[in-house]
Amino acid sequence: MPDQQLSETLVSYEHCTDSVIKQLTRESALNNKRMKLREVVELLNAKVVSGEDQLDAEIEFAFASDLMSDVLTLETDNLLLLTGLANLQTIRTAEMSDINKIIFVRRKKATDEMIKLAADNDMILIECDYSMFKTSGMLFGSGLKPVY
Amino acid sequence: MHFEFQIEGGNFSKAGAASSQLKKILKQLNVDVRVIKRVVVALYEAEVNIVAHAWEGIIYIDIDTEKIEMKLVDKGPGIADIELAMQQGYSTASQEVREMGFGAGMGLPNIKNNSDLLKITSEVGTGTTVAMTVYLNS
Repeated sequence: MPDQQLSETLVSYEHCTDSVIKQLTRESALNNKRMKLREVVELLNAKVVSGEDQLDAEIEFAFASDLMSDVLTLETDNLLLLTGLANLQTIRTAEMSDINKIIFVRRKKATDEMIKLAADNDMILIECDYSMFKTSGMLFGSGLKPVY
Repeated sequence: MHFEFQIEGGNFSKAGAASSQLKKILKQLNVDVRVIKRVVVALYEAEVNIVAHAWEGIIYIDIDTEKIEMKLVDKGPGIADIELAMQQGYSTASQEVREMGFGAGMGLPNIKNNSDLLKITSEVGTGTTVAMTVYLNS
């Protein structure tokens, strides 16, 4: 191989490894991504209705479900729950499951009774106008991990 | 230690109140958080079952240094086929119960997964008794 060609091949190889390394680093950064709730609220254009003092808390995992029995099967700690079910049992389920961060999707609103119970249990409640699919997609795209 | 809680059938605004109180008691007793979670998830599902299906019920809790025993005795329609009720996905829950986020046939399997011993006895037209035990070092 002439010198010129060899050096070109090496340069392109170098570029290639460089970009592979960059890609891997980016993926691994993405895989280890934690988000502050403040960032989540901004991203989703959402509204905090209880527990504003917890906006600096960080999360790593999220789970989306309207079925509380499914939520009750989870063993992961420090979980963000996305749900379209807005009633007292959502708060009770979260209490039993040691979940204290909830986002209500699909424009569902927390009632005063829910807000009171949430406050008693140091929970943060967030209301979001987006669908469950859109909310999940945005958070997944930002690096939050699924439970399974 | 012994505790008792009265449960009203159909009153969803109070469903979970007993489990919540037990959780606070267990925290005060410094029980391991994983054990607390198993106990309260099992109890909460069973409590919701009384609210969802029965007319009224009483929860008896006994705590000693080795285990937590919970017995839920309800007056209600009873369960005709307990084996069938234990199957994941089988449910006789009303629309109202489903709107509360339950009624997908996961309650009894969840209870089984979170308790070390489980015994269900039932008489159709009279009521159901669910006895669960969770060992503290399980």
